[in-house]
Amino acid sequence: MFNATVSWHDIVFMLRGAGMTLMLTFWSVLGGTVLGTVFGVLRASAPGWPSAAVGALFDVFRSIPLLIQIILANAFAPMVGLDISAFAVACVVLAIYGAAYCTEIVRAGVLAVPQATRRAARSLGMSWWDDLIAIVFPIALRVGLPGWIGLALGLMKDSSLVLWIGVIELLRSSQIVVTRTQEPLLVLAIAGAIYFAISFPIGRAGAWLERRWQDQ
Amino acid sequence: MVNYSFHWRPVFEALPDMLWGCLVTIEIAVLSTAIGIVFGVALALARTSGGKIASGFALSWIEFGRNTPGLFQIYLAYFGLGSFGLHLNSYAALTAGIAFNNASYLAETFRGGLRAIPVTQTRAARSLGMSAPEAFRLVVLPQLFRVVYYPITNQMIFSVLMTALGLTVGLDTDLAGVTQRFNVLTYRTFEYFTVAAVLYYLIAKVLMLAARLAAWRLFRY
Repeated sequence: MFNATVSWHDIVFMLRGAGMTLMLTFWSVLGGTVLGTVFGVLRASAPGWPSAAVGALFDVFRSIPLLIQIILANAFAPMVGLDISAFAVACVVLAIYGAAYCTEIVRAGVLAVPQATRRAARSLGMSWWDDLIAIVFPIALRVGLPGWIGLALGLMKDSSLVLWIGVIELLRSSQIVVTRTQEPLLVLAIAGAIYFAISFPIGRAGAWLERRWQDQ
Repeated sequence: MVNYSFHWRPVFEALPDMLWGCLVTIEIAVLSTAIGIVFGVALALARTSGGKIASGFALSWIEFGRNTPGLFQIYLAYFGLGSFGLHLNSYAALTAGIAFNNASYLAETFRGGLRAIPVTQTRAARSLGMSAPEAFRLVVLPQLFRVVYYPITNQMIFSVLMTALGLTVGLDTDLAGVTQRFNVLTYRTFEYFTVAAVLYYLIAKVLMLAARLAAWRLFRY
């Protein structure tokens, strides 16, 4: 089984796929975090129905399988005359999917800041923005960071689904190598090891940070 | 902007088949959650009170399950197990993959839940003359399920969403598979998958509502 027909060239090909996975993760985490922060603050600050409307909208993205969303977006983009690559479609879908989760993380973080603290900031003459940037965000960050790391790792793992629309990321590249070498177990083991090597250290760092901040 | 003419009729003609697909989707989700719960409890027990080997095995399962994509695990079940001469069909591979994933996430949930139950409960049960398995089954488990009920329902919703991955291993009886089967006949991708998305949303909401109602009935006291 291990007298390998899998060559060094195949490994390099899979590492390129891993690079694509990381690119997808980077753009979707960036987009998801920016969108999620805006809508999360909105959800925590806006009264009643606007907040509920945003919540219900993002809940739709959390209740439909990501694969279905990817297929839909991929079919929808050319319909409205958008000539964008499958990679761009993948990034947009993953970013919106990430935003759906990030909104709730940010909202929970902002709501965890005591009202009295915020009133104190305002009564010291800080503007709403000053209060948000200098008081709310540092406190909310501590509450939200572990969840956010989990979200980023989740997006990294979910980025494997975009193989369906032809983006050659880690899992798709390993599938291509399997087709060539007919060594599914060995090749998938390598792919799994790469995923593990990306995910495990970051997850551990997140858990460590969570413990450290809880102690304080 | 949109010079695309929608054709909804073939989709509505396919709707009965897609509704049957919904049943298969729910079946896979419930089955994989149930298997996941059984293995999750076993893994949590092995982690907390097993010997070195059992605990190490459980830890590797949990870390492997949580640090690789669910789709990868399904691929491993479908393509990888063939190397051991074990050829699962796509239904079995999908269910096994999701169940494996569920077990690793639920194990951590259960471990947290077990910590929430005071050890004095077990001691009291033991001193009343119950054997260790009896004490676990009659005293600890019912309290555990109360604590972890909502995480389990969340995991079940995740399982529903993951069943759509059956598409990638060629399953054509669940909702996503049936949709794809019709899609390749007509290439009305957007119409078919829009209806599928609505159905998935409804499945998720109905299961959530059913879980709430069940909780209301189960945890009255």
